[in-house]
Amino acid sequence: MLLRGDHVVVDDAGNEHATTRPVSAVCRCGKSASKPWCDGTHKLLPAKLRP
Amino acid sequence: MTSLPKPRGPLSTAVTSALRAVPDEEVGRIDLEPESTDDAAVALWMLHELSYGGFDGVDDRAEWEPELVRVRLRLEQDLEARLRERWPGVPEGADLATDFFDWVADHDGPSLARHVQTEATGEQVLDLLRVRSVYHLKEADPTTWVIPRLPIAAKAALVELQYDEYGVGDPARLHAHLFARGMEASGLRPELGAYVDEAPVEILEQNNALSMFGLQRRLRGAAVGHLAAFEATSSMPSRRLAQGLERLGFPDQMVGYYREHVEADAVHEQVALRDICVALVAEEPTLEADVWFGAWACLDLEDRTAHRMFDSWGVSA
Repeated sequence: MLLRGDHVVVDDAGNEHATTRPVSAVCRCGKSASKPWCDGTHKLLPAKLRP
Repeated sequence: MTSLPKPRGPLSTAVTSALRAVPDEEVGRIDLEPESTDDAAVALWMLHELSYGGFDGVDDRAEWEPELVRVRLRLEQDLEARLRERWPGVPEGADLATDFFDWVADHDGPSLARHVQTEATGEQVLDLLRVRSVYHLKEADPTTWVIPRLPIAAKAALVELQYDEYGVGDPARLHAHLFARGMEASGLRPELGAYVDEAPVEILEQNNALSMFGLQRRLRGAAVGHLAAFEATSSMPSRRLAQGLERLGFPDQMVGYYREHVEADAVHEQVALRDICVALVAEEPTLEADVWFGAWACLDLEDRTAHRMFDSWGVSA
C-alpha cells in the first residue's frame, strides 16, 4: 500500500512511525523485516499468502 | 572532474583524439569500425558522458560536435540492434499491470547479490563495488533525461520517484552521494572516472543502454520499462548485499546505502510500474512493446554482467 505525503503509521505494538519519503510503501503481507515499511519480502511468499 | 578512460581499440582512440581536438582543431570524419565490443562500448560511454559530467581536458562543446554526434548515433544503432535481436519479444498475452512483477520474478538469472550475501570474499565485493560505481555515482541521472518526454501523469510520477533518488531535497540523502560516501569509507576512490578502465564491456553496455534510452525521445518506452525492471530487482537483492557487506565487515556507510534501497525500491518498483509505465501506455499504447523491451534489456544486461563477474572470480554462477 502506497502512502503519499506525511503520515504516521502505528504498528501492532502501538509504536508510531513517521514517513520520511515522498511516497512510502506500507507492509501488507506481515513479513517485512522493516515493518511497517515494505521490504519486498512479499515476493518470497507463496501466492496464497501474498496481499 | 572525470579523466578520459583509456581507449580499447582504434575507434575509441580516434574518439579520444577528436574529444581533445574540440574546439581548436577541426574534427575530421571518423571512418572506423570498432575493433571489438569493448572498443565500441568505451567509445559510446565517452560520448554519452559528454552529456553528464564531461571530462578533464575536453571542451564542453564536444557534446554537440556533429561528427561525434554521428559516431554516437551509429554506435547506439548497433547497440539497439543487438539488443532487439536478442530480445524474445513481448511475453505472450501478458498484461503489463498484472503480470509484470511475476514476469520479473520468473526471470532466473545468476545472482551477484546472493553471492555477496553468503560467500563472496572482501576482494570480490570491492571489485563489484568498483565496477558498479560507474552507474551508482550518477544514479538516477540516465532516467532523468526522460522527464520532459512524458505525458502528465507519468511525468508527475517519475519526478516523484526521482525526487526520492535525489535525496528528497537533501543533498546528504541523494543516492549517488550515499554511494560515494560508502565507497570512500570502504577505501575506494569515489570519483566517476576512477574505475571505468577496469569496467568490463558488460558494465559499459549496461550504462550505455540506459543513457541511450534516456537520451532518445523515441526510446522513452524502453527507458521507463528499464526503470521498472531495475527497481523491481533491487529491493531484495539490496537486502542480501547489505547482509553480505555486514558479514564482511564493510563500513556502515556502505551497508547503509543498500539498506536505504531495500525500502526505497520497494516503493519505487510500485510507482515505476503503475504510475509511470502503465500510465504512459494508457496515454500512448503504441509504446507498450518498448516498455517490455526496456525491461527485458535491464534483466538481460544484468545477467551478462553477473556471468562476467562470476567468470572473472572463478566462481560458478
